[in-house]
Parts: sequence; C-alpha cells; structure tokens
Amino acid sequence: MSGATGTNATEAQSSQRTLLQMFLCALGVSVALFVVAGAAISAQAKPPIKVGFLVPLSGANAQNGRDILNGFLLYLEEIGYRAGGREIQLIVEDDEAIPAVGLTKARKLIERDQVHLMAGTLLSSTGYALAPYIDSMKIPMVYPVVSADDLTQRRRSPWIVRTGYTGSQPNHPFGEYAYHTLKLRKVTTIALDYAFGWESVGGFERTFVAEGGTIDQRIWAPVSVHDFAPYLASISRDVDAVYALFLGRTALQFMRQYEEYGLHGRVPLIGAGPTTDEHVLPAMGDEAIGTITALHYSGALDTPANKKFAATYRARYKKVPSYYAESMYTGGKWLIAGIEAAGGNVEDRAAFVQTLRAVKPMDLPRGPVEFDDYGNPIENVYIRRVERVNGELQNTVIHTFPRVSQFWKYNPADYLKQPLYSR
Amino acid sequence: MSIDLLSVIYLITQTLNGLFSAALLFLIASGLTLAFGVMRIVNIAHGSFYMLGVYVAWTVVTRTQSLLLGAIAAILVVGAIGFAMQRFFLRRFAADPLAQMMMTMGFALVFRDAALMVWGGDPFTLAYPRLLRGSVEVAEVVFPRYRLFVIVVAALVGAGLWMVNERTLIGARLRATVDDPEMASATGINVPLLSGLVFAVGAGLAAFGGVMGGPILGGYPGMDFDLLPLAFVVVIVGGMGSLKGALVGAIAVGMIDNFGKVLVPELSYFTLFAPMVLMLAIKPTGLYGRA
Amino acid sequence: MAERSEALQGWRLPVLVVLGVLLLAGPPLLTSYWVGLLTQAVILAILAMSLDLLLGYTGLPSLGHAAIFGVAAYGVAVLSTRYQLGFWTCVAGGILAGTLLSALLGLIVSHVRDVYFLMITLALGMVLWGLSYRWIPMTGGDNGLSGIPSLEAHAGLPFSGPIAFYYVALFVFAVSGALMAVLVRSPFGLTLCGIRESEPRMRSLGYNTWLHCYLSYVLAGAFASVSGVVWAYYNSFVSPTYLDLTASSELFLMVTLGGPATLIGPVVGAGVIVLLKNVISAYTARWLLILGIVYIVAILAAPKGLWNLRRGRS
Repeated sequence: MSGATGTNATEAQSSQRTLLQMFLCALGVSVALFVVAGAAISAQAKPPIKVGFLVPLSGANAQNGRDILNGFLLYLEEIGYRAGGREIQLIVEDDEAIPAVGLTKARKLIERDQVHLMAGTLLSSTGYALAPYIDSMKIPMVYPVVSADDLTQRRRSPWIVRTGYTGSQPNHPFGEYAYHTLKLRKVTTIALDYAFGWESVGGFERTFVAEGGTIDQRIWAPVSVHDFAPYLASISRDVDAVYALFLGRTALQFMRQYEEYGLHGRVPLIGAGPTTDEHVLPAMGDEAIGTITALHYSGALDTPANKKFAATYRARYKKVPSYYAESMYTGGKWLIAGIEAAGGNVEDRAAFVQTLRAVKPMDLPRGPVEFDDYGNPIENVYIRRVERVNGELQNTVIHTFPRVSQFWKYNPADYLKQPLYSR
Repeated sequence: MSIDLLSVIYLITQTLNGLFSAALLFLIASGLTLAFGVMRIVNIAHGSFYMLGVYVAWTVVTRTQSLLLGAIAAILVVGAIGFAMQRFFLRRFAADPLAQMMMTMGFALVFRDAALMVWGGDPFTLAYPRLLRGSVEVAEVVFPRYRLFVIVVAALVGAGLWMVNERTLIGARLRATVDDPEMASATGINVPLLSGLVFAVGAGLAAFGGVMGGPILGGYPGMDFDLLPLAFVVVIVGGMGSLKGALVGAIAVGMIDNFGKVLVPELSYFTLFAPMVLMLAIKPTGLYGRA
Repeated sequence: MAERSEALQGWRLPVLVVLGVLLLAGPPLLTSYWVGLLTQAVILAILAMSLDLLLGYTGLPSLGHAAIFGVAAYGVAVLSTRYQLGFWTCVAGGILAGTLLSALLGLIVSHVRDVYFLMITLALGMVLWGLSYRWIPMTGGDNGLSGIPSLEAHAGLPFSGPIAFYYVALFVFAVSGALMAVLVRSPFGLTLCGIRESEPRMRSLGYNTWLHCYLSYVLAGAFASVSGVVWAYYNSFVSPTYLDLTASSELFLMVTLGGPATLIGPVVGAGVIVLLKNVISAYTARWLLILGIVYIVAILAAPKGLWNLRRGRS
C-alpha cells in the first residue's frame, strides 16, 4: 500500500485542485492499487523462494553453526521472510562439520527439497567438498564463513559467492600495522595446525617480514591439543609479541594458559581475529585484556548500522553478536539484495549469480563491501584491542584499514602465481 | 644464564607439565580400568562422564563461586548417573561385552546431545579458586600454582584408592572379583552390587577429573571424545583392571605427550598411539594386566 | 555356525525377498535423493559386511576398520587427482593400498585378542587418521582432496547419473557379498567361527590360528578397500573424517545393531543407520539424541542384533 499513499500524498500537496488533477489523482491511486493487488496476486501465484541452509548444529562446532543461523534468521525476520515479491522459505540441515555429511545434506536440499539457492557451512573442508557438486548442479550458493583462500583464488567456482573473507585477508594489513604502529620486530607465532592457521599466519608473516620484521619461532599446535603448556613453556620471553590463531575452546584454553605461564603482561599477545572473537570473548577473563587482533568485523564497531544490529541481536538471542553471527546477517542481506535486484527471479540461476555478484548491499554491520573480480569481498579490516567497557570485554576498534582486498597491495596475477600459504 | 641451566629449568617445567597431564589422565583412567577389571566392559561413555562432570560443576560454580561445591555436586550427580546406567541397562548384558559396548556408545550420543541441549555449545572455563591463582617460583622454575594443586590432589586420590583396594574388606572383594568374577560370586560376594558401585565410583572420578581440569581446559562440546582415546592408551599401557597400571600408564602417557609435542612436533599425532600399538603388539596385557 | 536353512527361517526369508526386490527394482521409481541414500547404504553395507568377517565370524572386534576403508579411498583420490591415472589403475591402486596395509598391520595385530584387539585397532586407526591429517603434500591435510572424476566418465561407461552409479555400486555389493558368503561357509570360514568359539580347541586340533586370524584380517581389509574405492567415487572427494574414531564407531554399530556373524545383519544395520540419520535429522536438530535412544532401545530389544531377533546366537 505504500505506493498508493505515496501517490496520494504527492497529489494532495498540489495547491490547485483541478478536475484534471483529481482525475490524475484517482488514476494514480487506482494504478497503485492495481499494482499492489497485482503484486499480491502474482506473489500468491509465484511459489516461494526456497533457500537451503547448511551448518553444523550438533557436535563440537554446534554453537558456531547456531550463531551463523541466528544471524540469518534475524535478517529474515526483519524483512518478514519476503523478498522480490516472493516468500522466502528456509530449509535448514545439520552438516555435522563432516564434509561427507555436508555433501549428503546438500544433495538432500537440492535434489529432494528442490531449493533455488544455497547458503552456509562453516569448515573449509566442507566448503571444498561441496564446491564440485554445487558447480555440477549449477545452484548459486553463499559461503558466509568458509575462509579458505583458494576458493576465491586458484580454485574459483562460478556458482559460489563468498561474502566472508579469506584467512589471510585481515592479516596482510595487520603485519604492516604490527611493524609500523606497534613497533614489533621479533614475533613468535603459534596457531592451530591446519589450513586456516597456515593462511592466517602466512598472511601476517608475508607483510611483517617484508617490512623488516622477523619470526622467532613458528609453532603449530595440532587441532586436538587441549593443553598448550608444553608450547607455552618453550616460547622465548625475549620476543616483542606472540601472534596466536585459535578459536572456540582452543582460544579460551590458550588465553587461560598464556596467563598461567606468566606470559600475560610480559609478552604482548596479538593474533588473528577469531582468537578474541565474541563467540569466546564473553567466556574469557581479564587475561584477554590488551590482546590486539585483526578482522573484518568487531561486535563493538561504532557505526549506526552495527549498533542497531548488535542491539537487536542481543535483544533476540541474549548474547553479543560474534563474527559468525554477523557473517550470515550480512550474507543474508547480500543474498536478499540480490533477490530484490533480480526482481525475485531466481529461476534464471546464471543471471542471478551475476546479479548477486554485482549488488552492493548498504548499511552492513561490518561497513561497506563490494566484490573484487575474483568473487571475494573488498572490505574494511579492523584492528581491535580487547578492553573492558561497562564490565564487559569487547574488541575496541583502534584502527581501520579501508577497502582491503584479498590480494592486499599486490597485483592479483602475480599473487596467484605464488603458492598457497602452507606451513 | 647458561644454556645448561636453561635446559634444566625447561626440563623441570616440562616434567611438571607432564605430571599435570598424568594427574588428569589418572583420574579419568582409574575408573575406566576398574570398570573393565570388574565387568570386562569397554565403556565408550566414560568420556561423557568427564564432560558431564565439568558441565554440572559449571552450573554450581557460577551460582556459588565454589569449586569445591562444584566438584562435590559433579561427583554425586555423575556417580548417580553411572550407577543407574549400570543398574538398569548394562547389568542385563553382563555376559555380552559387545552389547554392553554398543549400549555405552548409545549413551555417549545421548549424553553429548543432552549436554548441548541443556548447556548450549559455547565453551567456558571454571573460575579459579582465589587461593590457587598465580605461580610458584622456586629457583627460576615458574609453575602455575593450580597445576601443582591438581597433581597433589590426584596423588591423594591415588593413595586413597590404593588404601581402599589393599586395606579394606571392600577392596579385598574387589580384587577377588577382578581375578575371577565367577569364583567371587560363588564365595558370596554380591558381584552385581559391587559392579554398580565400581561403575559409579569410576563415573564420579571421571567427573572429578573434568572439574579439576575445568579452570584450565574448560568445558566444550566434543570434550567427551577428546580425552577418551588417551584414557584408553593409559589403561592399555598400564594393563586393564590394574590401578597401579593406571598410575604408571598415566605418568608414561603424560610425559610422552608433553615431551613429544615439543621435541618431535611433526609426529605429534603418532607419539601417543605408536607406543600403545607397540605395547599391545609385544605385551598385549600391558605392564600390570592379567590375560 | 550359520546353516543356510536356519539363517533364513521364520520372518527372515520374506524380509530378505522384499529387501532384494527393493534394492533391484526400487531405484528407477525413486527420486535421485533417495537413490543417493540407497547408494550410500549399499556401499557402507560392503564395509559393514567386511567388518562382520572380523568381528562376527572371527570374534575380533575392530575399532579402526574405517581407517583401511579410508586409506583405499585416499588411494583412489591421490592416483586420480595428483597423477591423473586411468580408472582401473585407480581402482586397483585403491584396493591394493588398503589390502597391503592390512597385510602389514595384520602382522602386528593378529596375535591380539578380545578387548586388546579392540584397543590395538583403535590405536592404529588413530595413527592412520593422524597420517591423513599430517601428510599434507600427499593428502591435502584437513581439507582433503576433491575433484575425483565421476566414476561413469572415468570408467568410460555408456551411461551416467545417480541410477547408473547405484547399479554399479549394487553390482560391486552383490559380488562382494557373494564372495564373503562363500568364504564364511567354506572350511576356512568355519575354522574362523571355531576360533571365535574356542581358540585353544582349534589350536589343539592342529589349526594355525594365528594364520587364520591374519588372513581374516587381510580379507576384511580387502573388502573394506573395495568399499572405500566406491565411496571415493561416490563423494568425489576424501577427507580425514573417513578414517576417524567416529566413523569406526558408527561402522561398529552397523554390525552389532544389525546382527554379527550373519552378513545380512550388517547390511540391514548399514541401511537402518543411513536412513535413520538422514530422515531424523531432516526434522529435528536433536537427531543425535534420538539416534542414541534408538540404539539403546534396539540393544534392549535385540541384544544380538536385529537380524538375530528371536534367535539365540547361531
């Protein structure tokens, strides 16, 4: 009805009420009514847009999956599950963070439920496992979190749209920041021993060393480790800082044990964003204060869009939004913007992917975004320091690198000639 | 400081780290080995007791700020769960170890998902007791006070278990049942009741292990299967059914794990399981086990 | 020891006929999703039967059997994606990788019994899992290897699609199942059952029980490898999760839930678990809880497995 009242109001403001104008007014109202009624009829006629959604909802990664889903639900509620004149129908499946299960569930969503679009998943391993199938079925899919560099670099997929980031993306500027602003010269890195860890550390190391810094020790902790004491005891106290990448329970354990072994306050701690992300930060204590990390989001980001998002999210789910939660709020907003831009036509899937890659969703919690030519967002990278504000720990943004690409300042073609970051 | 002194300090610190791992492993593995000794049961849900322990304690500690109360609650609640599980489910299949093992697999799934449902999936750590914050410094060796406390507590628990096992009537009955359940039953020992008690104590000990690790390792979904394979290694190396074996096995595994991680990081996935394979290949019954 | 007539008494024969008809004629009537689930069930059934040789017939409970399956799958993945080798080379390579590994590990495990066998296989499974995770240049680490060509194209078959793949898998299943059925009814198979019942007696009768256990382990490994090869083609990627403890435990449940020492039981177990997992999880996020309860109830109702319902140990 907004179209109708809008026309009415405009007409009413005119000072001269001629018959012609009244006629035009009536015409306008009736046209508007016709359009609205027509849209309502065609919406009824047009079947809902089915979106298949995959995240781990059981097992060790259940909460990350839940956060991602919650972000999406929050946005869908905001728009009343409608976009492009059609109803949005969400079908959620648990991928258990096991690649083979993810593939089975993707098959279920696409072949049985006949979804138009797909979104989700958490782990890079699942992301890589799904890609060939998604390509073969030609279903547009949004990856909000999977950060494996090569998905938008050397192994690109025409059908997968990454709305998150690459593991190395925030760490390229962070390496320079660590050298120039934090004045660090010698750093020891410790990270989980898998692709996400290598890509984060690799990105940091590349720029940090290029500026003149040195890496003292490079420690890789197996993903199954729960006690970091043996590593902590072997870190030299002479380094300027320790760079850490952990997430979930490992972040919590590492932070605790870093203090236990007297390193907190003696050797500054820096790291990749997930280490102090809001999915673990509330469970941490004062030992986390002062840690400086880099990520494309912070729950404490001081912008109107994020304040609004954080407040609604907190009211709805009783917790601070983590970057996982933001990932699919933004991913959802992006997807819906694509649907709106395509006028609800998701059946022409090839055209839809092009539309999706071209839209620039506005007012995102994380700030402005757009896609580069390789299908990865160019977005702000925030340097955050953990502080206690009003009794709560938060990632206070202390510096912003605007519009950071996955290739940082390098030429994409040259960049891609080099091998993927590995250990 | 000379290199030698540094390496001595390093060696002492890592040995203490190894002892801390050993302490936790002993608490978890002692219940596992006893349950096996008495009931020949391979309890896949033993890791769940460890997990449930720290979750129950979390509920209590966040309300009372007392780790002691948390530990007591965890032991009682999880011990009761263990007792009920043995009494109402496992006892029916006393003669069928495969059915028992499957049953414990089913319970492991139920406990895992129930914990997720009740407590959510966010990881947490338990609050430190105030007295045990900070580190002890003795001649250049810095070691966390709380970890020393856990080592001492586990040693006391071990001594207590040894006393019960060697010096009390119930211990004598226990040893007799481990040696030969049928004979024990024939001499009038109430084997089903004893089995239930042993299972409950084992569950309680695993829960206590979870609470003791709580301030450092915390609680999180998936922790149930985290330490279970390690606990199995301890039980195997020490010999199934032997408390002494659990102690020696825990120390061996704790040390190998700690030194392996730093000395041969490339092999950290193998340093634990390869010795277990060797042990089983050469002496399947472990150090102190009976065939 | 299972007699043919006894194995199919009572309700089992009609159930078997229905199952057979369903497996043979069902897929063209089903949607591709259900065909996919059926394909999974059939491939995992081969694996479950192979574990049954070991667990059911020989009495050697393995908690690391998925590792052999996984190694064979990795064999196919490495040969087809890293070396771009032909179909039969990849198939043979995968099966050989798993079988040779079993032949090697069999030397270590074949004198171990009962719960110790359970533990040593668990440990070996963890070691192999670690290897798949750690040997990055070869295995791709946690990301695994993807891009295995589709079986139909790689083998140069004139037809393709989910139904075609299903019938290939069904054919492999039928051949493997028949071979295993012959095997367990052969004198060799009967000796295995004898060892399960009383090893000292068999030894005193002059049987080399070590060798029998060894061969049983290697044969079980060979069939597990066959299953792993088909699985690799089905998913067209491999990852360390194929080898982990969760996979081995689930496999163990398939056999024990279905009914050890029946071969058909594990097939039923595989089918039930694949279907239950996928159907329940489509309706509730609490599917794991429900699955756990189903296992507990099933064991209470049929401690010897579904296929042995209302029958003593055969």
